[in-house]
Parts: sequence; structure tokens; C-alpha cells
Amino acid sequence: MKKILTLREQYLLDKRKNKIKIIAIQLAVLILFFGLWELLAQTGAIDPFFTSSPSRMLKTLKTLAGQDLFKHIGTTLLECICGFIIATVAGTVIAILLWWSSTLRKVTEPYIVVLNSLPKIALGPVIIIWMGAGYGAIITMTVLICIIVTIMSVLAGFMECDEDKILLMRAMGANKFQILFKLLLPSSIPNLISVLKINVGLSWVGVIMGEYLVSSAGLGYLIIYGGQVFKLDLVMASTLILCLLAALMYFSVALVEKHVKKSR
Amino acid sequence: MEILKIDNVSLIYQTDEAETHALNDVNLSIEDGEFVAIIGPSGCGKTTILTLISGLMKPTSGAIYLDGKVIDKPVGDIGYMLQRDHLFPWRTILSNALLGPELQKKKTPETVAYVNELIEKYGLGEFKKAYPRQLSGGMRQRAALIRTLAYRPKILLLDEPFSALDYQTRLAVCDDVHRIIKSEKKTAVLVTHDISEAISLADRIVVLSARPATVKKIYEPGIEGTPLKRREDKSFSRWFDTIYKDIST
Repeated sequence: MKKILTLREQYLLDKRKNKIKIIAIQLAVLILFFGLWELLAQTGAIDPFFTSSPSRMLKTLKTLAGQDLFKHIGTTLLECICGFIIATVAGTVIAILLWWSSTLRKVTEPYIVVLNSLPKIALGPVIIIWMGAGYGAIITMTVLICIIVTIMSVLAGFMECDEDKILLMRAMGANKFQILFKLLLPSSIPNLISVLKINVGLSWVGVIMGEYLVSSAGLGYLIIYGGQVFKLDLVMASTLILCLLAALMYFSVALVEKHVKKSR
Repeated sequence: MEILKIDNVSLIYQTDEAETHALNDVNLSIEDGEFVAIIGPSGCGKTTILTLISGLMKPTSGAIYLDGKVIDKPVGDIGYMLQRDHLFPWRTILSNALLGPELQKKKTPETVAYVNELIEKYGLGEFKKAYPRQLSGGMRQRAALIRTLAYRPKILLLDEPFSALDYQTRLAVCDDVHRIIKSEKKTAVLVTHDISEAISLADRIVVLSARPATVKKIYEPGIEGTPLKRREDKSFSRWFDTIYKDIST
């Protein structure tokens, strides 16, 4: 009995060691990357005018923090979250409508397929003219990029639902509303979460694309502006913040997923 | 007393590929409290009869009466049990069992008490708060039966409810289901391709012909007792032979 216990302990210990090893290597890669970058820039092997360097990025961030960095971060974050929520909610509602009416589903199918393959940035000029050069246009761009994928994945999830389960509910006298709320939506939760994960990535694409087109604030604006005046420090620093924000949003969704999985 | 009457029912259904004549003038009368098995060659339209009884499909001609009233749409008087239990994984056993009353807006304290009583009576009391994945295949099928009984259907339709289980479990669950249905005094129609299952469970066995299916023979083996007891009966193998010949010719 004791031997089994120690084997078990050994197993758990090895597992923990392995986990620590992975994290340590991950951190090492990150430090090595920035360290090498800094070193090459300091020694003049690469020209920091073109490549910037971690220390110059930090200096830029410090200066910006005293000015309006947080306004830019706030603007981009707000646009991104608005677009993300609108696209996810509206996309799910549209998917429900398409599930409800098979006629509507069949009629709209080719249009959705075409809209899905259309590069949404092509609609940029139209969006600016219709929505004006501001938040509206950027959020619209984000929504357009996310919504089609949302509709398609949520609908696919509904259509995959077991026919026998639907038959069972109908035999019990269930109406369409009850089938939707008591069967399809609850059974689609894992699918909805993977849609959220996809949308986190896509909404950042939409926001930055929108800000490239029109904006007077936001991280996308900082990047474009930095590029135009050849301030690579600004471009790199803004990109770094973007990375951090995107990671943050992804982990929030992952947290939601963990919570939902636990409660099921 | 007659509870279900299938009166000259024919069914022709259309698919893109072809027109299929599934049922031809099927006639059957089922008494209250009776356990009837429908058996026939595979693909003869056994399941179709259940779909018609549940009102999810309408016959091309003829009619089906439940308690003297024509069935033309699902009204929640029918309990369906399928090959797989189809318990919802996000609901506990109790909440799964309450699905029917909930859908029919009959989740009264009286119904909840009744469902609780069923769960206790049939040995799932300690699993009330458990989720389906925590139960064995046999227990899950028992829970599915309780879910079906919960809204007090007038008739139970069993569509090969044991065929997804392994042999040992199948025999045990067969006994379980028979005991529960008899003690709740329910009428049941079982569709199966397994001859010994039909003989061990049913009071009356309806043999269908190949497609288009029509009633070929009706037998009353008259063997009493639980399914396991019936399998040991002297006449069991004789009945098996008779029905086997009917199906294969």
C-alpha cells in the first residue's frame, strides 16, 4: 500500500516539475528575445532607428503615460469590447432566426457564404461615408468582421443537435421556444464559448483595421501615426500594449470557460 | 378497455430518391394496461408506427385513436423511450425527470412529489442530485423511464430501448423496465428486432410483414412472470421458433 502511495507521489511530483520546467523555458525565451534585441541595438549590430529597442520603447511609454496613453488604450479597448459584444449577441440572435425559419435559412445561405469570403476592409470607404469618421465606423468594422463567423458557427452548432432529443421533446408536447431554450441553447454552450474565443481575435483585427482607416485616437492610430512620422519606438511600444491587451481578453474568456465547465 | 386503436393505417412517404410505401392497412387494437411488442424484418417500418402513434407524423390514410380521440399532433400524452437515454448532461437526474412536467407547465408541488417518489421507489434516490455521466448505462435507462413516467402519459412507446446496452445490463434493465411498467399499470408498445426480448416482455406479440408492412400474425404466448423467469419457461424456445419462421419467410 505504501509503495503505491509513493509511486503516486512521485508521479505528482514529476508532473509539477515538468510544469515548472515549461513555464521556466517560456519565460527564458521571452527574456532572451528582449535581451538579444536590446544587446544588438546597444552594440550597433542593428539600427534602433529602424528596429527600436526595449529600452527606447520603455522610454516612449513613460513619456506617453504622462500624456495621453491611457486615453488611447481606453478608446481602443472600448471599441473592441463594444464590437465584440454587439457581434456576438447579434450574431447569435440572427443564428436563432435562421434556425427558426428554414425558408429564411435557405434563402440567405448564398449571401452569407459570399459575405463570409468578402474581405470586410473593402467596405471601409462605404462604412466611413455612412457612419462618419469616428467610433461608429470602427465599431461597425469590428462587428462586420466578427458577425458572419458567429452566425455560421452558432447555426452549425444548432443544426448538429441530436434529432432524437428534439423528437423526444416534441413527443412530450414541447413547442419551438421550449426546444430552443431548454435544449438547443444549453447544449450549445461549449460551441458558444469557442465562438467567443474566435471573436476575441477577430474583434482586435476589426478594431485595428478600423483605426487604420479612420481615427484620431487609439492604439491603431498610434501605430499608423508612428509609422508615418518614422517613430518606430512608438509603433513597437503600441504593438506591445496591443499584445498584452489581446492576451488579457483571451484569458478572461478562458476563465469564463473554466467556470462554465466546472458548473456542468 | 381499448386505449389505442390503429384503424386501417397506410403510410407512403416521399424522399428525393423515391416514394416509399411503408405501411399498408395496419390494424391493431391495444387494451389498457397491456404490453404489446411489435416485431418484424429489419426496415419494415416498425419505428414508423411509433412515430405515427406519437402524432409527429400523419398517416396517408386511416387513423389512430387514443382514448377514442384521433391523434393528429403531439399533445404530450405519449411517453417515448429510445435506444439511447438522451438525458440532458447539464441537468441533474431529478431535473431531467421533471423535464416533461416543466414543458407541459404542470410542475406543481404534487407532480414534484410524485417524481421524487418514483425516483426513490426505483432505486435512484441517492442519485437525485447527480448528473447523468455519474450513472451506469442501466441506471441511466431507468432514469429515462422515470422521466417518461413523470408526466403521466397514457401510453409508453419503447423503440428498442435496450439495444445500446451490453448483454448483462440488457437482461437486468429489461427486468427493471417490465417491473416498473407493470407496477405503474402503464400500457406499453415495444418495437424490437430481438425475438426473445419480445417474448420475455410482452403480453401480445404483433409480427409485421416485410415492406409495405402489414400485420401478419398476432401471438399471445401466455407465459407469466418476470422477463428472466419467462426466458426459463418450457414453451419459450417453441415460441421463438414459431416467430423466427414468421419473420424469415
